[in-house]
Amino acid sequence: MSTLSIQTALRLLGLASVAMLAACERPPVISVQHGYAGTGMAQVYNPATVEKQQEANQVPEATPQASPDGPKAGQVYQNVKVLGDLSVGQFTRLMVNMTAWIAPEQGCAYCHNPANFADESKYTKVVARKMVEMTQHINTDWKNHVAETGVTCYTCHRGQPVPKEIWFTADNAPKGANFIGDTAGQNSPAKTVGLSSLPNDPFTPFLLGKEEIRVNGNTALPSGNRTSIKQAEWTYGLMMHMSSSLGVNCTYCHNTRNIAQWEGGPPQRVTAWHGIRMARDLNLNYMETLTEVFPANRKGELGDVAKLNCATCHQGAYKPLYGAGMLKDHPELGRDTVLASSAPVKAAKAALQASAAAPAAKR
Amino acid sequence: MPQYQNIFTTVNAVGPVSPGVELGHGNSPRTGQPLINYWLGKLGNAQLGPIYLGGLGLASIIFGTLAFNIIGFNMLAQVNWDPIQFIRQLFWLALEPPPPQYGLTIPPMNQGGWYLLSSLFLLISVLLWFARTWRRARELGLGMHIPYAFLSAMWLFLVLGLFRPVLMGSWGEAVPYGIFPHLDWTAAFSLRYGNLFYNPFHALSIAFLYGSALLFAMHGATILAVGRYGGEREIEQIVDRGTASERAALFWRWTMGFNATMESIHRWAWWFAVLTTLTGGIGILLTGTVVDNWYLWAVKHGVAPPYPDVFPAVTDPALQATPSGVKP
Repeated sequence: MSTLSIQTALRLLGLASVAMLAACERPPVISVQHGYAGTGMAQVYNPATVEKQQEANQVPEATPQASPDGPKAGQVYQNVKVLGDLSVGQFTRLMVNMTAWIAPEQGCAYCHNPANFADESKYTKVVARKMVEMTQHINTDWKNHVAETGVTCYTCHRGQPVPKEIWFTADNAPKGANFIGDTAGQNSPAKTVGLSSLPNDPFTPFLLGKEEIRVNGNTALPSGNRTSIKQAEWTYGLMMHMSSSLGVNCTYCHNTRNIAQWEGGPPQRVTAWHGIRMARDLNLNYMETLTEVFPANRKGELGDVAKLNCATCHQGAYKPLYGAGMLKDHPELGRDTVLASSAPVKAAKAALQASAAAPAAKR
Repeated sequence: MPQYQNIFTTVNAVGPVSPGVELGHGNSPRTGQPLINYWLGKLGNAQLGPIYLGGLGLASIIFGTLAFNIIGFNMLAQVNWDPIQFIRQLFWLALEPPPPQYGLTIPPMNQGGWYLLSSLFLLISVLLWFARTWRRARELGLGMHIPYAFLSAMWLFLVLGLFRPVLMGSWGEAVPYGIFPHLDWTAAFSLRYGNLFYNPFHALSIAFLYGSALLFAMHGATILAVGRYGGEREIEQIVDRGTASERAALFWRWTMGFNATMESIHRWAWWFAVLTTLTGGIGILLTGTVVDNWYLWAVKHGVAPPYPDVFPAVTDPALQATPSGVKP
């Protein structure tokens, strides 16, 4: 073989290798032990990815606190239903911050009618009020998931009117005459399940519905657990979503030797367990109630409202914003300020308590 | 005199094309005009064809093509008949078995009916191909080693697609026909049954699989290395050892104290390959039917050792009387 053809062959080989590796992650990757040595309990990180993530998760600087003295917002302004007990100064501070967090380009007029701020002709204002209630609900009732760090509007919105990570129920109805080509809700390179071929809408059954997530039997030999492998694939899909949403491996929450075992496993799994129930609660009792409020162009292909999942807050970080708390600068979002007059909310909360306790009865 | 010590094939023996031995009554004529190709000679025999197709071979190919096309057209329909998306998403696409609620009944075509039909065709195709290997071995006066080895692979195939789904009472337990989907199915199978690594038959199957690769590497290397002494004439050296065989034996006896013989190494290789799928099939068949959670099974039998606790105590929050956090 002549020198020239060897060179050409090497060049072709080089090109082919580049093409084959194009979708791969650039090394190095580092591995951090997370559990007993030698058991494969490790977290794998790519420093380049982590660096980018850090930049994307910076917290905006807190504005100076306003005086709690003076007349209350509920007395001065009309139609203030949720934050009426704040002073006018505190109320205005939060409104200014909400604009910066959610609609920095559109300004106040994104939610308000500039001629009459009390007017509710814009759907965004109704949604915003519900979202303030939801934020307070998360910070007061879901401390098992958000702890004292809590959440603010910015945790999800990050300067965008619609948070980057939302989901709609997938339209898995068979195409055409229902004769050929059913996908069984899986087998496409979906980002929701980390580009795996697993069922790619695990949210509708698990984060809106209350389908059983656990698939393992509790006994060595068969004793009545009829869960199929297909059900295991749905759970696996949800877990892939959690893994990619938090930027962690399975071993962040699970034992390598037995995924289902709680004893001796990482305590993060308990936090995640509450997180699943929190997402379900928020989707059912907050997002779904806004279905009629949102215009059609904000809804999914089945006409359902935008809903949240783990990625909505976490956005690739094991703790949203890498644990930087903004709630401490906004105590008004960390307590229940709903006026006693809004009885329906209280009633909904009572109903929620009853429904959320139900899954505990199973296994 | 040709030398065989190169790691690539250097000898390209070319003679007049040969159709092979005369075949007796009941055999079909062979198909195709044989040809000699220099580059094929680098990989194997330089002569390509003729092939013996026969009734069994033809029927097997027809049924196999039917199964392949049912799978392919379902995949094509999944991407709305778009050939570009078919290529782009090919590794993700699959023909899925029926949903579990259909049990062992016949589901509608688009809810697993196509899957069952393609499985039936695939099964017929594989059985016919087995019969074909059996018949060809008989006609050439061979032993039945190749058909039996194929039977071992068929055992695993049948356990996955027929025996286990029937015992579990659901066609939904079968494996999807797709590249990534069958891999994700495999992982989900292990997750569902409490970690398949604690299944001793799975462990045996892996040992035989990796062992097969190791044995193949050892044997291939040994024979090439003694090629300069005529070691490629392995079969006659079973009884007439000669220096190549002696040197090969000495190498292994000196390095690990024991050596196979020119005869036994081929039995080692055959058994390792056959036992890979044989034990694997047993492991799959026991999963879900006899054992539901392999990890708990391993704990029960003292296989899985306890590890020291490195985390704060964790308990299942679902077991708490009033799960904390699930309030208000």
